[in-house]
Amino acid sequence: MTPEQLHRVIVTVADAVIDHADELTALDQAIGDGDHGLNMKRGFDAVRADAALLAAKPLPEALGAIGLQLVMKIGGASGPLYGTLLMAMGKAISPDGANIAAAFAGGVAAVKARGKSQPGQKTMLDVLVPIEAALSAGAPDLPHRLPAIAQAAAEATVPMEATRGRASFLGARSIGHMDPGACSSALITAAVCRALGD
Amino acid sequence: MANVGIVIVSHSPKIAEGAADMVRQMVGNSVKLACAGGDPNGGLGTDVAAIVAAIDSAWSEAGVAILVDLGGAETNSEMAVELLPEDRRDRVVVCNAPIVEGAVIAAAEASGGSSLEIVRRTAEELSPQ
Repeated sequence: MTPEQLHRVIVTVADAVIDHADELTALDQAIGDGDHGLNMKRGFDAVRADAALLAAKPLPEALGAIGLQLVMKIGGASGPLYGTLLMAMGKAISPDGANIAAAFAGGVAAVKARGKSQPGQKTMLDVLVPIEAALSAGAPDLPHRLPAIAQAAAEATVPMEATRGRASFLGARSIGHMDPGACSSALITAAVCRALGD
Repeated sequence: MANVGIVIVSHSPKIAEGAADMVRQMVGNSVKLACAGGDPNGGLGTDVAAIVAAIDSAWSEAGVAILVDLGGAETNSEMAVELLPEDRRDRVVVCNAPIVEGAVIAAAEASGGSSLEIVRRTAEELSPQ
């Protein structure tokens, strides 16, 4: 990945999160504590401000630095969760990004450990794990298919009952709403694919 | 050996400070104590950098016990522990205990010179098993 591509990915993802902050917050007001959009926006505002600096780094260092930025700025549980995903990916990925599937799998394993969570509990993992599977299976047109896979996975969290995270306090009342973390994961996936596909 | 230090991490700055006041009244200055409440902008939430600073401020060679309120405070505290220098990481624990009662009881135990493991266990006895 060239620095120009990396810069485009960072800016496209940050803009997508910032533009959808209100929607994420509305989802979180339904089943969480209503701060997901605001927190994510704070984290990605900081990342966007540093985009040029971050994109100039080799890919492994860039992912680690973005992850740390999210950890330090987000202020909610999504900070350490997204931060851990990127920091673990940064540790595993090769500078050319060729082993993205393996690096992403390492990141998802780290998120499971950080959140003490598994798929099926109405969390971001319900999107991350299907993406991990699609990446491992591989296919030449993957960047075009991933956004739909991620979106379908996020929609599949609507009928789930939350058993992890703040929404689990609501028990059965969490049913019928999309998980905000699953939504932001799908949003970010679509943005990454859009930036790489253009 | 010094007494175990106590760190209180809440989503709310007022809860963090109020719990710290209660601990201070209970154990005076015999235990190092610090708190971190609120997100990086001062709203409700938790701030990893502030938690790292609180651990530094309450640091004791005997270790530090952290008391947290809701999920994000726990996750962010665990993240903060991982960002510490390597030789300190295994001397900091996040207790599975109610924040106010846990902080008071952990501090009382720490003020008697108990080890980090005993301080943690005493606080965690408050949680339903």
